[in-house]
Amino acid sequence: MVTEVKKWQWFYRLGSPRWFYEITGRWLPWLLCAASLLLASGLFWGLLVAPPDARQGNSFRIIYLHVPAAILALVGYYIMALAGAVGLIWRIKMSFMVMKSAAPIGAALTFIALFTGAVWGKPSWGTYWVWDARITSMLILLFLYLGVLALQRAFSSAEMAYRASAILALVGTINIPIIYKSVDWWHTLHQPATLKLTSASSIHIDMLQPLIVMICGFYVFYVVALCLFTRAEIIRREATSAWVRALVSNESSR
Amino acid sequence: MNIQFASFNEILAMGGHGLYVWVAVTVSVAVLAALLVVPWQSHTRALNQVRLRLERHAGGSAEEGVD
Amino acid sequence: MPELARTPSFLAYVRRDVLLAYRRLGDTVAPLIFFTMVCTLVPLGLSPDPQRLSEIAPGIMWIMALLATLLSIERIFAFDFEDGSLEQLLIAPQLIALPVLAKIVAHWLVTGLPLTLLSPLLAMTLSLPTSAYPAMLLSLAIGSAYLSAVGAVGASLTVSLGRGGLLLPLLVVPLYMPIMIFGTATVFYAVDGLHWSGPLAAMGAMLCAALALCPLAAAAALRVTSA
Repeated sequence: MVTEVKKWQWFYRLGSPRWFYEITGRWLPWLLCAASLLLASGLFWGLLVAPPDARQGNSFRIIYLHVPAAILALVGYYIMALAGAVGLIWRIKMSFMVMKSAAPIGAALTFIALFTGAVWGKPSWGTYWVWDARITSMLILLFLYLGVLALQRAFSSAEMAYRASAILALVGTINIPIIYKSVDWWHTLHQPATLKLTSASSIHIDMLQPLIVMICGFYVFYVVALCLFTRAEIIRREATSAWVRALVSNESSR
Repeated sequence: MNIQFASFNEILAMGGHGLYVWVAVTVSVAVLAALLVVPWQSHTRALNQVRLRLERHAGGSAEEGVD
Repeated sequence: MPELARTPSFLAYVRRDVLLAYRRLGDTVAPLIFFTMVCTLVPLGLSPDPQRLSEIAPGIMWIMALLATLLSIERIFAFDFEDGSLEQLLIAPQLIALPVLAKIVAHWLVTGLPLTLLSPLLAMTLSLPTSAYPAMLLSLAIGSAYLSAVGAVGASLTVSLGRGGLLLPLLVVPLYMPIMIFGTATVFYAVDGLHWSGPLAAMGAMLCAALALCPLAAAAALRVTSA
């Protein structure tokens, strides 16, 4: 019985805002270092060292920002929805705080994906906006993020805001595969030639390696940003608790 | 590890696509930086608000738990 | 011993909502008038050329029907919230999902179905080929039911936030995009003489899923936002 309790202790500890705050306080500098290293080296590699694409020349280098941002934008939505689900099912406030933090990060990443995609489109196909299936789905994903952000801020009660946006995030999650599939189908109806933003199957290994570094870098960056937003939310929501007051008075007495 | 470009000017030009590549890079890096700065400022602001409330209460009544 | 409620109570809820909508005839008919009016914006704004109109008619009608429905979904819970009967519904000893489904059905009977029945008239003004009418009627009928169901989820999330804002349309429009893709495709296929049962079947599947899941989601949201 005691060993069973010990096994789940990490789960319940995760639910303690104070524990999360203290642990992230220690780990953030390292995570930030790791993210910076990965992103800097990945960008250097991708922008300057990788060979230029045969068809697109040097403009393809935008891929090193576009693809990781797009991946994290989509994964980030699922993280947000998962955090919302955990919060709803197990009533863990910590989970709701993570969910609230995931929303602006995901929206920003979706914006990066859309912006870099548009800028990439101009030299590749001559126009800034193409109603390509992937770009259109990404735009709808941005709308879903904006909806969660708007709903979160519409309630005066924090508890209601958390639970309502968790439900909305879950509804969006169910819709994402439907949206992606239907936009894909719509695109094949209206565009005879399939314009692919990334021909992933035929990407050369020399171009793929820096992309993997960038994707890893974006993942670590996401964790850093998520921790930063969540820590701010913890202080805001736990402002009246003893440990926060002790933390502040310790800091001001130093 | 050999860099594909011979000079800094070539890096900026990117074979004619320099404007697109560097605008994309700049905007992306700016947004990523904002994703770090905004929560950091929000965190500092929240801490300051707690500090202000503490000072107000400490300077005011001497009773405990009057929150 | 009074008999416990049986299935008639579902129909009783539907009847109640339809009756209440009938009593607020202005609010109920407004989306239909809106639908008609904005469909006339199209020839005014683009061109009255029948050839051009017939090319875009399916898309225009679907978009306008969608916008008209958007205007009306707030009504599903808003009036009941304002006069307190929503709270009564929530504390009654029953599955909340059933009355919610009844409200969705009533909303469709009062908004989606009239829109569908009105559509041939507007299709005529937009020069839609008559061969596409059956496809259009079916696609609007099924599609508008889906719009009511998914709209109810959005309405349940924003019911306590006050009426007349744009937050509800903002939340719900991305969720409406897939059904619109299939809905317009159905009619476009019919115009081109292709088999339109494919996209229509997809719409039917989506409607079945929505009717099963949306009442549950809306019920959960109601408990969160108005309890």
